[in-house]
Amino acid sequence: MPAGSPHQRPASVGWYGLVFALALMALGPIIVMITTSLKTRNQIFGDTASFFFMPTLSNYAAVLEDPANVRFLSNSLTVALVSTVLTLTLGCMAAYAIVRFRFMGRDSASFGTLLMRMVPPAVLCVPVFTIWTYQYGLTNTLSGVILVYTAINLPFVIWILQSFIVQVPRPLEEAARIDGANPYQVFLFVVLPLIAPGLAAAAIFTFRIAWNEFILALVLTNRFTRTMPVKVSLFINEHNIEWGQIMAIGTLIAIPPLVFTFLASRQIITGLTAGAVKG
Amino acid sequence: MASTRQVLNRATPYVFLAPALLVMAVALLYPVAQSIWLSFHQWSIGAPLSSARFIGLENYRILLDDPNVWASIRVTLVFAFAVVVIEVALGVALALVLDRNIRGMSVFRTIFILPMMVAPIVVGLIWRYLYNEQFGPFTTALEALGLPVIPWLSSQGMALISVIIADVWQWTPFIFILSLAALQSLPASALEAARIDGATRWQTVLYIKLPLMMPVIVVAALLRLIDAFKVLEVIYILTEGGPGLATEILSLHIYKTAFSSQQLGRASALSNILLVIVMTITLALFLFNKLREESARRAAAAEGEG
Repeated sequence: MPAGSPHQRPASVGWYGLVFALALMALGPIIVMITTSLKTRNQIFGDTASFFFMPTLSNYAAVLEDPANVRFLSNSLTVALVSTVLTLTLGCMAAYAIVRFRFMGRDSASFGTLLMRMVPPAVLCVPVFTIWTYQYGLTNTLSGVILVYTAINLPFVIWILQSFIVQVPRPLEEAARIDGANPYQVFLFVVLPLIAPGLAAAAIFTFRIAWNEFILALVLTNRFTRTMPVKVSLFINEHNIEWGQIMAIGTLIAIPPLVFTFLASRQIITGLTAGAVKG
Repeated sequence: MASTRQVLNRATPYVFLAPALLVMAVALLYPVAQSIWLSFHQWSIGAPLSSARFIGLENYRILLDDPNVWASIRVTLVFAFAVVVIEVALGVALALVLDRNIRGMSVFRTIFILPMMVAPIVVGLIWRYLYNEQFGPFTTALEALGLPVIPWLSSQGMALISVIIADVWQWTPFIFILSLAALQSLPASALEAARIDGATRWQTVLYIKLPLMMPVIVVAALLRLIDAFKVLEVIYILTEGGPGLATEILSLHIYKTAFSSQQLGRASALSNILLVIVMTITLALFLFNKLREESARRAAAAEGEG
């Protein structure tokens, strides 16, 4: 941005005030969850709700002492990690083929991925339940959940990686070909390193969706293969909700995506704005 | 040796594309096709799939005669359009006000995208606590101020508004971030020209900034509209569709029809109705993007000639 451009109005006190107020509104509910998870029962239900209290990890201890919860956490982690790796591997190959080999009209490919991306999970849950149960025999297995997560994330990953692959200069690939590299080597050693930022953005988005997903996991898992979000939905319909513990579980689910956001906010914004700003 | 290599090279595009296509065919396309097939059949969970009976459009006829379905469609439309209008108005306004390049803006941007990253199920959890009518923070605050307590989730009129507030909290930042990106990529020359011509701030916003941002705003709004039709988790946790049917959006109604009433055929028919709505918006989005590319190309060509 050149100096003296119209964007460069000096920031006033009111401007900072507004930004701080908005930041507080964005963070407030998340902070309420975290502080509640650090409170005892009496502190939560006490008449004098106060900001000042002695934080305790007892809710986390109670949650993690239950072996079932540990299993659900590890199920969530397995499902999210494996499906992210699978989606990225298959997705970058497909995106490369679509962009470089003019395999089919790029328009039809991007339209197809856009369409598939829009299928609501609620629309999928009925047929996926039926097919996984009666035809694939994959209900109540983690593989079944991984398969459907990979499928629902692929369209988005292909779509976003296309925009990165288009920017890889062709002469670079041709030079490698002339030096005797085959198409697979060109892909692995020339293209992939250059689209690393795109892969990072795609990885964060896929992981987040797989880690957060609920309705498909609800219909596809049982009490052994359940993931953490499903556990929340069962917990909250009990008569006496243990708010401290359930907020601890909520915090545990929220932590990985929040950490990613701080580590890679630039990639996340790239992922969010890709397509909308550039077209 | 050379021929194997040639074959391998010629097969490259297929080798690269096949695995992804296979997974999407097996776990995405086939289920959607199955859902269409199932919508013309009568079948309930437990019976073998082969016992499904073809009944033509009967499922659709039953649905369209069902006042609950119409109530659900109405709730879905009100929810979707309300969140999109509020989020776009707020998000664009905030972007216009906050569009300044200062140190620290990137920190604030990071904070603003945090709500979007939180799992919908957890967002539902947080807001169910905030809205709690006995000890929730909102209730405590209202009582402390001596104001009447609001029945956030328990009254027919309020529940939908409460659900909309939660969505606005989570997704306004999306519009804000996109609008900000659009604003900061506006051509400096246009803004400079407006300044030289003595345009006021309002005139600059109304006649320069907003028209130039419009393509991004439209795309962002359509993306949000599509997502609004997909919402399920937050409402499932907050109200489970209640009280009555006040917040029972289509996604939730599909889930209940399938897994509470065990009417899979009917649920599939309902799924297809939702699918058609979402696909129509997607098609509009795609056509809009095509038109944009086309006019950009024409503008670039015209500039090249001049």
